[in-house]
Amino acid sequence: MAESKNGEPRIGVFICDCGTNIAGKVDVPAVVEFAGSLPHVAVAQEYKYMCSDPGQELIQKAIKEEKLDRIVVAACSPTMHEPTFRKAVQAAGLNQFLFQMANIREHDSWVTEDPVEATEKAKRIIDAAVYRVVYQQPLEAIEVPVNSDVLVVGGGIAGIEASLKLADAGHKVHLVERDPSIGGHMAQFDKTFPTLDCSACILTPKMSAAGKHPNIELHTYSEVVEVDGYVGNFKVKVNKKARYVDMDKCTGCGLCTEQCVVAKVPNEFNEGLDKRRAAYIPFPQAVPLRATIDPEKCLQLTRGKCKQTCVEACGPGAIDFEQKDEQTDLEVGAIIIATGFDLFEGERIERYGYGRLTDVISSLEFERISNASGPTGGEILCKSGEKPRSVAILHCVGSRDENYNEYCSRVCCMYSLKFAHLIKEHLPETEVYQCYIDMRCFGKGYEEFYKRLMNEGVVFVRGRAAEVTAASAKQADEEGRLVVTVEDTLLGVVRHIPVDMVVLSAALEAQPDAKQVAQLFGFGCSSAGFYIERHPKLEPVSTVTDGIFIAGCCQGPKDIPDTVAQAGAAAAGALALVDNRTVKIEPTISYIDPEKCSGCHICVGLCPHNAIVYNAELDAAEVIQAACKGCGVCVAACGSSVPVQYGFTDDQIFAEIEGALAEVSAPERS
Amino acid sequence: MKYSYFPGCSAEATGKTYDMSARALCKKLGVELAEIDDWNCCGATSYFSARELLSFAISARNLALAEKMGPEDVVCTCNSCWTVLAKTNKYMAESTELAADVNDALAQIGKSYGGGLKVRHIAEVLVNDIGNEAIAEKATRRLTGIKVAPYYGCQFTRPMGGDWDDYEFPKILDGMFEALGATVVPYVMRAKCCGGTQMLTSPEGALKMVHDLLQCAVDDQADVIVCACPLCEMSLEGYQPRVNATFGTSFNIPVLYFTQLVGYALGCDPKDLGLDKQIVSPDKVLASVPA
Amino acid sequence: MAELTTTAQKKQLHKAFCKDVMSMPEGSKIKQCQQCGACSGSCPTGYLMDRGPREVIAAFRAGMIDEILKGNTIWLCTSCYSCTVRCPADIRITDLMYELKRLAIKYDLYPRDAKAPALTRYFIDSVQKHGRNHETEMLSKFMMTKDWGLGPKFGVMGMKLFAAGRMPLTATDIKGKDEIRKLAEYIDRKEVAVP
Repeated sequence: MAESKNGEPRIGVFICDCGTNIAGKVDVPAVVEFAGSLPHVAVAQEYKYMCSDPGQELIQKAIKEEKLDRIVVAACSPTMHEPTFRKAVQAAGLNQFLFQMANIREHDSWVTEDPVEATEKAKRIIDAAVYRVVYQQPLEAIEVPVNSDVLVVGGGIAGIEASLKLADAGHKVHLVERDPSIGGHMAQFDKTFPTLDCSACILTPKMSAAGKHPNIELHTYSEVVEVDGYVGNFKVKVNKKARYVDMDKCTGCGLCTEQCVVAKVPNEFNEGLDKRRAAYIPFPQAVPLRATIDPEKCLQLTRGKCKQTCVEACGPGAIDFEQKDEQTDLEVGAIIIATGFDLFEGERIERYGYGRLTDVISSLEFERISNASGPTGGEILCKSGEKPRSVAILHCVGSRDENYNEYCSRVCCMYSLKFAHLIKEHLPETEVYQCYIDMRCFGKGYEEFYKRLMNEGVVFVRGRAAEVTAASAKQADEEGRLVVTVEDTLLGVVRHIPVDMVVLSAALEAQPDAKQVAQLFGFGCSSAGFYIERHPKLEPVSTVTDGIFIAGCCQGPKDIPDTVAQAGAAAAGALALVDNRTVKIEPTISYIDPEKCSGCHICVGLCPHNAIVYNAELDAAEVIQAACKGCGVCVAACGSSVPVQYGFTDDQIFAEIEGALAEVSAPERS
Repeated sequence: MKYSYFPGCSAEATGKTYDMSARALCKKLGVELAEIDDWNCCGATSYFSARELLSFAISARNLALAEKMGPEDVVCTCNSCWTVLAKTNKYMAESTELAADVNDALAQIGKSYGGGLKVRHIAEVLVNDIGNEAIAEKATRRLTGIKVAPYYGCQFTRPMGGDWDDYEFPKILDGMFEALGATVVPYVMRAKCCGGTQMLTSPEGALKMVHDLLQCAVDDQADVIVCACPLCEMSLEGYQPRVNATFGTSFNIPVLYFTQLVGYALGCDPKDLGLDKQIVSPDKVLASVPA
Repeated sequence: MAELTTTAQKKQLHKAFCKDVMSMPEGSKIKQCQQCGACSGSCPTGYLMDRGPREVIAAFRAGMIDEILKGNTIWLCTSCYSCTVRCPADIRITDLMYELKRLAIKYDLYPRDAKAPALTRYFIDSVQKHGRNHETEMLSKFMMTKDWGLGPKFGVMGMKLFAAGRMPLTATDIKGKDEIRKLAEYIDRKEVAVP
C-alpha cells in the first residue's frame, strides 16, 4: 500500500450530480456528508458535472492543495468516464491507478425507484470504493511497439477507400480480397442514387489507384486463415489460392478466356444471368487484370485431361497447372475488416415466385440487366428478349419481417426508386409500380429524388405484395405475364396488377461466414448477423478488440456515402494507432510469480487470449503482458492462488466487500 | 407401428370414405390405428368462434383420452381436426396458464392432460414413418400415366405443419404419388383455401374459390385431384355441379382422398376404399390405371 | 342483433377485446403491426370483406372495434391462416379473428344477415347433445332457419350423399356426452364469475 507522507492515505471523494441523473434521485449532500465521515477521507465534494473541465479541475486542485493520494469519483459507469478521470488524476501528478470509480448512476440512481433506498445504496457503493482504494497501487501502462503496416480485409469500396487513405498517409497496406479482383458489389451496380453517377465510373479510378499505389500490396484471390497477436502486433497468415496463372507473366489479354473449352459456368459477376468460361477474368475493369482458372470447372484440374487451348493461346506462357496455394505471413499494427454484405435469396419467399416464375428477378440481377456492360448490353429485357410492358418493384423482400430479417435494409427504398428511374429512362412507355410500405428517403438529396420519381410518373402502391402468380393466357397476352397481388392500403382495395417483370428489392444480409470471420479476428456479431461495433453511437467502426476496426456493410446495411465515411473513420482509427511508435496497454493484467508457480499448465490452456506460455527454463507459467486482457480466469483457476491481477488483488477485492458491508457489521460508525 | 387414431366427426358422415380408406390403407401397410376410445368432436372452427377455453377443453379431452391409452402419437386425417388438436397441444405447452385452466376444467370430468403426446397428420406419418419407397414396394397397380393434382388445402401445413412441409407449396405427398408412378402436376393452388363451411354461410366467395381450384387442376391437365380433408373433398367434389351451374363451366374431374388412390394402387378392395361412394365418378381415371 | 350506441359501451367492448387479445399467446404482437397489408392481400375472401384484416388492426388502434363488428369481415374469415404465416410482425391474425367472433357472439353484435353465427350455434348444439357433430342434423337446422334454398341447391348431390351413406340420419352419442355438457357448464360458471 502506497502511503502518503505521514503514513496514512488521504482520500478525496468527488460526487457527481450528473445534472438530475443522480441528484434527481439520490440525496447528494447527505452522501457527501457521509463520505466525509469515512476513514481516511480528507475531502468530500459535490459537483454538477464532474466529467466537465471545471469538474476535473476541482479534482486536480484538491489533489494539489489537500495533498490527496487516493481519489474516488462517484458518478456514472467506468465504461463511460473512467479514462476521463484517470487522465485528470494523472495530469495532476498522481498515478492514475490510485483512482477508483464508484458507479452510482447505472448501478443506483437509474435503477432504484425509491429515493431513500437510492441514497442508502449510494452510500454503500462509495463505502466499498473508499475501502478498496486504500489498497490500490500505482501502476504504469505498458508500452509496446507498434507495427506501422495495416491489414485491410475486403476489397470493396470500403476496403479500397480505407486502404487509399492509409497508403496516402504513408503506411504500407496489405489489402486482402477473396475474389480474383477488387471492386466488390459496387462494381456490379449500374447507376448510383441519387446523383445517378455511373457506379463503375466512380469506382474504377479508385480501384486503379489502389492497384497502382506504391504503398498498397494487393492480395487478391486470398483469404486470412489465422490471426495471432494483439494491438500493434498482429501476426496474420494469408492463404493465396492458386490461380494457375503466373501473375507476373499474365498481361490480362483475355485470349485464354476466349479459347477455354469449358463454356457454361454461371457468371457470378452477372448474377448467373450469363455464362463464363473456366478460365476467366471477372469483368473487363478487374484489378488486377489477370486471368484466373476455376479449379472446380477446369477439365485439366478436375479430370487431368484437356486440350489446353488456354495454354496454346497464351503468348507469355503464363498458365501453370502446377501452381499451389501460397501462404504469406504478415505482421501489421492494425486491421480493418470490410467484408461487405450478401444479398437475401429471393427463393426463400416462395410466394414471390423467384426461381419458379420467369422474369421475377433480384435487385442485383436488375443492376446487371440495366448495366451497359451486362448480359443484355444494357437493355432492360425479359428472359424472352421482349421489352417489358410494365414492371413491379416489390420493397422489403426479406427485410422488416420477423420471418426473415427484422431490420430495415436502409438502401432498398432508394435503389428501388433508382430502378424505377432507369426503367423509365430505357423504356419510356413502360409502366412502373412500386409496392412499398414506407418510403425511407433520409439522406442528402434523397427526398428530392423521391419527388423526381413521382414526377416521372411511377405508380406508387402502398402495400407489401402478398404474392406473385402467373397470369392466365388471356391476361398474359393483353396486359402482363405475371400478376402481383397487393392491398393498396391507402385505398383499402386489393389489387391484382399484371406486369411483365417483377424486381425483388431484397434485404442486405451479413456474409454467410460472418460469424467465423468475427471469431477468427476476436470480436462478435449481433443477432442480426452483422459485426458488432464497440458502441453503436460513439464508436461505430471500432470493435471490442483493440486495433481491429470494421467498416461498411459488414457492420450493417448502408449506402455508399456512409460506407466511404466509415472507411475513412476506420482508417483514422487505425492511423491513430499506427502513426505512433508505441501503444499503451492497460496494466491491469496478470502476473505469475515463477517462484510460487508449480508449472502445472492449467492456466496455459485456460487463457482465452493465448496470453500464458509455459517457460521451460523457469518451469513456470509466464504471462505475455501485451496479450493479457486481465480477464481473471487464470487467477480463479490456479489451485495455488499464484497469479496476481494488478488492480484486482485479493486485498483490494476483500476491502471492497468489507466496505460494502460496513454498515451491516458496524452500524454505529463515527 | 401403432398410433392413437382420431377419426373426427366427418368420418361418420361426409368424410366417411376418408376414414374407410385410411383404415384400409393402414391395414395394408401394417400400421395399427387404435381409435381413441369415446373421442369427442375436436371443436373445429365453430367452437373457437364461440368460446375459447371451452374449445381448448373439449379438444384436450381427446388428448387426455389418448394419453390414457398410451404414449403413441395421435394421428388425424382431417386437416381441421389435426390443426385444432395440434394447436391445443402447442398452446397448452406455450402457456402454463392455459394448461392450468384446461386441466382445471378437465378435472371436473375426472380427466387431465399432461402434455406428453405428439399430434400428427396421417400424410406426414405415412411419408416420414413408413416411407414412400416402402409404400411403393407394396403397390400391385402402378399409377403410370395418371396426372395427379395434389390438393393439400389451407390447414394442412398452416399453421401447425411448418416443421415438416412448406406453408405455401407443400409437397410431402408428391413424392408418394411419384413413387407410385404417377405424374404430379405443378398445381400452384395446392394450399389455397376451398372456403370450407362458407359454402353454406357465404357461398359467393366459396364458390369462386372452388371454381379457381378446379380450373387450376384442369389447366394443369390433371386426371384426378387428391385431397387430405373432408371439407376440401366436399367442396371440390360435392359442389362441382353447383360451381358449374354458377359459372357456366363443365367441370367433371374426380376428387379422391389421397388414401383412396394410394390404397387403390396398393391393391385394396375398392369397396373398402369407398370408391363406390363418390359424387363425381372416378371410374374413368381408375380404369386407366394399368392393371 | 344488439347495437352499441354509447361511447361507454364502445369503450367497454374495446377493453374486453384488448384484455382477451393480450392474454392470447403472442397476442401483444398486435402492437407491432406495420399496416403493410400483406394480410389483406393474402386473404382469399378479403375482396368481399367490408374491411380486411389489416383494417381490423387499424380499427383496434383507433379504438373502433365496433366498426368491424358491424360489417361482414369476421364471418368471411375461413381461417386459412395465410395472413398469419405471411405477417412480417408475427401477429396471429387468425386468432384475432376468432377472438372477434367470440365477442360478437357473446355480445350479440353481428349484422342481421350474417348466417355464420347460426351455423356455429347449431354445430355447438349438436356437439353438446351428442358429443360429436351430427352433420345432417346441423345442416337441417341451418336449412330450416337460414337458407330454405339450400335443399334444392343440394339437390342431386344431397341425394347421392344420402345414398352413399355419407349423410346418416341418426347420430352416435358418445358414452361421455354428459362430460361435454359438464365441461360447458363448469366453464360457463367460471367465466361468469370473472367479468
